[in-house]
Amino acid sequence: MARLNEHEGKALFKKAGMPIPQGEVAQTPEEAKKIAEKIGKPVVIKVQIWSGGRGKAGGVKFADTPEEAKKVAASLLGATIKGLLVEKVLVEEKLAVEREYYAGIIVNAKADARCPVVMFSTEGGMDIESVPSDKIAMMNVDVLRGFRIYDALNLAGKLKVPSPHIAQVARLMVGLYETFKNYGARLIEINPMVVTKDAKVLAGDCRISIDDSSVIRHPELGVKVAREASTPPTELDRIAWWVEENDLRGTCYFAEMNNDLKDREVVGTIGYHGMGGGGAMLGVDGLNRQGLKVANFADTSGNPPASKVYRAAKLVFSQPGIDGYMLGGFMAANQEQWHHAHGVVKALREELPKRPGFPVLLLLAGNKEKESLEILREGTKDLNARIRIYGGERVYDTVGLAAEMKEMVLEYKEEQRAKGKKG
Amino acid sequence: MAILLTKTTKVVVQGITGREGSMRAKFMRDLGTNVVAGVTPGRGGEDVSGIPVYNTVKEAVKNHGLFDVSVTFIPGTGLKDAVFEALDADIKWVVMPVERVPLYDILEMVAYGKQKGAMLLGPGSIGLNSPGVGALGWLGGSVEFASRYFVPGHVGVISRSGGQSGTLPYVIANAGFGVSTVIHVGTEPVTGMSFADILPLFQEDSDTDAMAIFGEMGGSHEEEAAELVKAGKFTKPVIIYVSGAWAPAGMKFSHASAIVERGSGSAQDKITKLKEAGIIVVDNPNEIPRKLDELHQQGKLRKK
Repeated sequence: MARLNEHEGKALFKKAGMPIPQGEVAQTPEEAKKIAEKIGKPVVIKVQIWSGGRGKAGGVKFADTPEEAKKVAASLLGATIKGLLVEKVLVEEKLAVEREYYAGIIVNAKADARCPVVMFSTEGGMDIESVPSDKIAMMNVDVLRGFRIYDALNLAGKLKVPSPHIAQVARLMVGLYETFKNYGARLIEINPMVVTKDAKVLAGDCRISIDDSSVIRHPELGVKVAREASTPPTELDRIAWWVEENDLRGTCYFAEMNNDLKDREVVGTIGYHGMGGGGAMLGVDGLNRQGLKVANFADTSGNPPASKVYRAAKLVFSQPGIDGYMLGGFMAANQEQWHHAHGVVKALREELPKRPGFPVLLLLAGNKEKESLEILREGTKDLNARIRIYGGERVYDTVGLAAEMKEMVLEYKEEQRAKGKKG
Repeated sequence: MAILLTKTTKVVVQGITGREGSMRAKFMRDLGTNVVAGVTPGRGGEDVSGIPVYNTVKEAVKNHGLFDVSVTFIPGTGLKDAVFEALDADIKWVVMPVERVPLYDILEMVAYGKQKGAMLLGPGSIGLNSPGVGALGWLGGSVEFASRYFVPGHVGVISRSGGQSGTLPYVIANAGFGVSTVIHVGTEPVTGMSFADILPLFQEDSDTDAMAIFGEMGGSHEEEAAELVKAGKFTKPVIIYVSGAWAPAGMKFSHASAIVERGSGSAQDKITKLKEAGIIVVDNPNEIPRKLDELHQQGKLRKK
């Protein structure tokens, strides 16, 4: 996802004139020490990873001296926290916390709203989901009118924020809304919004996710892959995004994933090339039920040219350890399917000679189906692989096709094992 | 009959000279849609397959009178201006087969549409198709495909997936039934029309006996539909499939709207609520033909 780390988000807050704690980012223990020296008082050191609950996971630590800051930074940098590698830490002044509030904005897509919702709570510092609803004040914003300072004052007033804090709290909320709007955020939060013992109000932490389609307007954010995911992009995800960014005709969506089958026995792993978001999801469900994991989720649709489909297929094949390839066209497509047929044939002709006996299942249906199936048959008939090609009559047969895939994978794996013994 | 579109509905196509715009304008017209004019700034005076092109919507209105619908084939970052232009030309319905639209732009368009009393289908909707009447957008793909598999009949279809909005009519046709209107709500995180806006239109349509719906994890279309049915505001039989039961929370799948956020909108959650409302939920869309047969045998659904 186009999620920003805390320090990147705070830089946006600073630009919007919102108070944040004094601090900087460090990539080495030495840098952390220097920053702590500059701050000149006890500091907090926070790992910069895409995850909430960093404190509980041991990713937020305190240091009283620059020397201690160096030691703490050394223990955090290079460590793995919540499955993510720590490459940066944020070194900030330690705040004397009096109270913690919360402010956040999300988009409400419900039919009776379709607008941003500003939320404020006097119970900050914890997951907003666990805060009782009478402690949360909310406002649906009419975007043509905007979110105004008195809206913010009224929200804070509803929860009886005391006068010495209320103007500062409201200004932070207005800054939050401006940042949400200007950067096309999908979600933005200050949690906690800290009230210090000397009655100052600052953004103690921040979480921002930029809407994928808004990233294009903000090259300054340096977002490498505008895709929402719970983990940072892999090398292949980056390449896929490059394909997408450089050719906006149709969609090439690709994401490597850890497809957990929970209690089911895993038979093999499929390089999965789905078509259309809905149909592609349908196909994964079928494969999973047969004990086949997918190495990735992919979707080429919206009428992409053959060149883009080809690149997507090559990405799917470039994943190590796959036991088969499935073109999961579980849709009678409105798009002319021959672009897909051409793109996939080119990829198969490059990949399959390296993989004798490899299981391949191709399903294409819909507009220009007959011609497309002909292209697939002609283009693959001399290849030494297990290739099955189907059209519209199997369009929703996720169960049957996944069973065929499973059967081919088992044969192929057995063959590989036998070869391994001989070799 | 069908919903929304008629033979006389007057259509303007914004972005008519582009790759998609020119191809789909011809497709719509060839299916019988009353496409009167097109707009591309700087291309006024030209024509696309005989459809006259103007520089602005205002200019098109001056020459042809008011339009009922605009279909926009405009890149995502330029869509907002096009939609405002259409709304300011008193167009009360805009169909947006456009993806990758910045979220705040969508919110502004939707708010302005509401203010103007207009309907916005999409963004990210490939459109609507009423067999025998016409199409808006590119739902149906080609004239050859649409005329073969979009068979006139009595099943109303709504889909959250573009591909599946072509697949359901195909499966329904193969099962010996037909469709009244097929409509794709769009794949963007916020859309101008939801299941709950569309179902009442099908309720009023005497040609629609039952609904087949392709749902998805994320968002709240399905929950709202369940509430509508529960409240007795939609009384015809509904068959629905909800995809994404296996999807991990927090991960988004190609459709911008298919994200499970903050613990809500999971496929499982939706299925529970739909079933509670008495809606027929299928495990796989290939069960839809059998369910249609059952409805037919119960006298609730006409064949042709």
